[in-house]
Amino acid sequence: MAGTSAGAAPPAVPAARVPRRRGTELTLLVVAVLLSVYGYCAVGLAKNGTVPPGAAGYGAGLGVLALVAHLAVRLRAPYADPLLLPIAVLLNGLGLVLIYRLDLETPHDEAAPAQLIWSTVGVGLFIAAVLFLRDHRVLQRYAYLSVVTALVLMIVPIFFPAVNGARIWIRIGGFSIQPGEFAKILLAVFFASYLAANRNALAYTGRTLWRFKRLQLPTGRVLGPIVAIWLLSVGVLVLERDLGTSLLFFGLFVILLYVATGRIGWIAVGLLLAALGAFAVGSLEPHVHSRVEDWLHPFASIDAGRGPNQLAQSLFAFAAGGMLGTGLGAGHSILIGFAAKSDFILATAGEELGLSGLCAIFLLYALLVERGFRAGLALRDAFGRLLAIGLASILALQVFVIAGGVMGLIPLTGMAMPFLAQGGSSVVTNWIIVALLIRVSDSARGQPVPAEAA
Amino acid sequence: MKRYIRHAAAFCALLLIALLVNATRVQVFQADSLDADEANRRNAIVRFEQPRGDILVDGRPVTGSRDTGEQLRYERTYRNGPLYAPVTGFASQVYGTTLLENAEDDILSGTDPMLAPLPLWNDITRAQNPGGRVETTIRAAVQQAAYAGLGGKRGAVAALEPSTGKILALVSTPSYDPERLSGTDRAVADTWAELNGSATKPMLNRAIRQTYPPGSTFKVVTAAAALDSGEVTDPDAPTKSPSPYTLPGTSTQLTNEVDGCTNASLRYAFRWSCNTVFAKLGVDTGLAPMVGTARDFGFNDGGLEIPSSVAASNFDTSMDRAQLGLSAIGQYDTRATPLQMAMVSAAVANGGSVKAPHLVDRTTTEDGDVVDATGTKSLRQAMNPGTAAQLREMMTQVVDEGTGTNAAIPGVTVGGKTGTAQHGIDNSGTPYAWFISWAQADDDPEPSVAVAVVVEDAAADRGDISGGGSAAPIAKAVMEAAIGAH
Repeated sequence: MAGTSAGAAPPAVPAARVPRRRGTELTLLVVAVLLSVYGYCAVGLAKNGTVPPGAAGYGAGLGVLALVAHLAVRLRAPYADPLLLPIAVLLNGLGLVLIYRLDLETPHDEAAPAQLIWSTVGVGLFIAAVLFLRDHRVLQRYAYLSVVTALVLMIVPIFFPAVNGARIWIRIGGFSIQPGEFAKILLAVFFASYLAANRNALAYTGRTLWRFKRLQLPTGRVLGPIVAIWLLSVGVLVLERDLGTSLLFFGLFVILLYVATGRIGWIAVGLLLAALGAFAVGSLEPHVHSRVEDWLHPFASIDAGRGPNQLAQSLFAFAAGGMLGTGLGAGHSILIGFAAKSDFILATAGEELGLSGLCAIFLLYALLVERGFRAGLALRDAFGRLLAIGLASILALQVFVIAGGVMGLIPLTGMAMPFLAQGGSSVVTNWIIVALLIRVSDSARGQPVPAEAA
Repeated sequence: MKRYIRHAAAFCALLLIALLVNATRVQVFQADSLDADEANRRNAIVRFEQPRGDILVDGRPVTGSRDTGEQLRYERTYRNGPLYAPVTGFASQVYGTTLLENAEDDILSGTDPMLAPLPLWNDITRAQNPGGRVETTIRAAVQQAAYAGLGGKRGAVAALEPSTGKILALVSTPSYDPERLSGTDRAVADTWAELNGSATKPMLNRAIRQTYPPGSTFKVVTAAAALDSGEVTDPDAPTKSPSPYTLPGTSTQLTNEVDGCTNASLRYAFRWSCNTVFAKLGVDTGLAPMVGTARDFGFNDGGLEIPSSVAASNFDTSMDRAQLGLSAIGQYDTRATPLQMAMVSAAVANGGSVKAPHLVDRTTTEDGDVVDATGTKSLRQAMNPGTAAQLREMMTQVVDEGTGTNAAIPGVTVGGKTGTAQHGIDNSGTPYAWFISWAQADDDPEPSVAVAVVVEDAAADRGDISGGGSAAPIAKAVMEAAIGAH
């Protein structure tokens, strides 16, 4: 079934040599869905000795979502990278399996059904984005709308009560959403657009700061807006006590600035600012300070007779997994407690799938990121490049911040493992990120002729 | 720009590599110490995830399991808990395990690799073996007789099969129900506090973990040393011993509860338990032979395990002659567990050979496949067989016409030795009543049981009669049960 186009290729494109590989994508999607269903069955077999009753429905649902998404890609993005969609489906499917598996331990608090609904919403938005966003360069026009919306989204939760120490939630009725998640994409669009437009000014003009021209400070006119917006976003985040997202935005900003200007000085300044900021917030802000303390001394609460804290429980879970894992459904990562399905979902993966499973998951993320960068490399327009790199970097930084946090590599900051963790806003956002990556990779692979930036 | 994109990609790759390295650090290099952390509940959860294997007496389980559906799922139950508590110990979610539950924990909890159908099987399948079974050497009738015999009194009984070392009864009173320590609820903590706070120490296994001054029952050891060393060659010859006897180098005078001890023969002195004769005999035999014989019977051995560890019985190795004299009649620093004194009696019954006492006959898988079987093992030869024969005769006379007539069983050859151990400051405590014995049915080729009984709160007059009065009837009941169950 591979190869044949539905005649949807844009007429402007000459007979391209680039293979479309939609058949590859479909094959990989089937594998991804089957792996997820297998995992679902494995959980049921381990916990109750029977295949769970919902297995067929789960498989069918995931299969239909994957198929519809595939058809949308086939129709409107025929040259898109064939790995992106299957990886997203596999990670999302695996996330559902892990959440379902943890639900079995908490029968009064089931999260998998809601997560399935949010995944459907996410795939729906993915399809909508692939169908209706014909050219990523359109987004460039909405740079300032994006940033204003992003700031509004980040400010709104301040007026809602804090949940577990962070003011990042909006609760309306039974739903709670995390608007900051959506702000990630909007900020990436804004940074990409702004830096694409001003990168020459940032790179080559302005006053010399050091004698041997290593670092030049661009004029205030160029630098001003970007610094203002960055300060505002970081300020809001400090008010909301969401260190993870703050770190993510900062990393995104520095990476894009470096890619746009190629000035190593930006990295130096960025790292310096990050170190200063981290030290200041870490020592002054009590919520963050306790996180740093937990990171430095994960077993202090045990020694103090209060029992293991979440991070210690998480480390126990990873250790219990060892090389091969206990097997799906056979671990005890539920001991981690209330965030087991969200921030700490990776600990369940580490315990039940082991180091080998964890490596596989990390490699899936790495592939996703690498494909984003590859699209960025192949694109001709600066905005598209920066957008692709920004989106890929968001994924990489998210994975690093949360995985490093729950494994004791860096202080823990609340953040969702893309696609795996429980969280509607997160899963929807990541589906949109993948949709945009599909769009840019379609442009990158399907347009051998240089295109003018709009 | 492409160059910078590659740099950024390399940076992202670096982040993921850092994650992989860190995952390896946690899951491979730190895994063992994290797994072993006491705050890690996984060990406890896995441990109680399946029913624990059973401990069997006479082929019938004296333990059981209750599924609570909680996180620490299966709780231990006990049939006749107080009766078998000195054998089984407890297996508690909160307070760990003791005695057989502790010593055979690997089998009972299913973690012993020998339970697996094939070597390394469980490492490959990650399956957990069902808990194995522990078949004890205890005979229910003997255990029951000992427990009933002690009644409400504080004390202990140990009964052995002399030729094999099988422990037929191990009783300690007052006892407790180990089931009350199963589980995690509030009542368990209350029970724990109550049992630990009790003045009668119900969780103390007096039969193997408590040492008492053995009193006159130790005269068996002294007699064996005297005969083996050649200090006494003819048990019927008069010994040159005065009554009262002044301990060498002191002005302390030792007296007797009975008459006729002056220059009495060893046989007479043994039958009527003359302190003066045995104190002098110990002194004359000398420290080295006395220490050697005591050690051969099992004294001063801290490594004895049945498989629960047994408290070391003590016979001092450096003493002056007066102390040696007192030690020879089971006083001064001499201390023995009831099990040790049962071993002394069993050694006499078994031609001088001390068999390793053991509580576990064999361990099996849930399906009955034998994992390990405990064979008869000789520990030491405590005395010459000839000496043993002489002592058997003397012990028989104690029961026939001496201080131990309360232990006599018609149609059965019974040998015994009474004892009353003084203790406390200036011997102010109520004396411990002792009786050690063995029994051989007339149609049996060899003695089938050796018993030691100690009663702590014997409400009787002082003197050897106390051992014969309080402890001998209990020993008799135990021996009858053993011969009946034999």
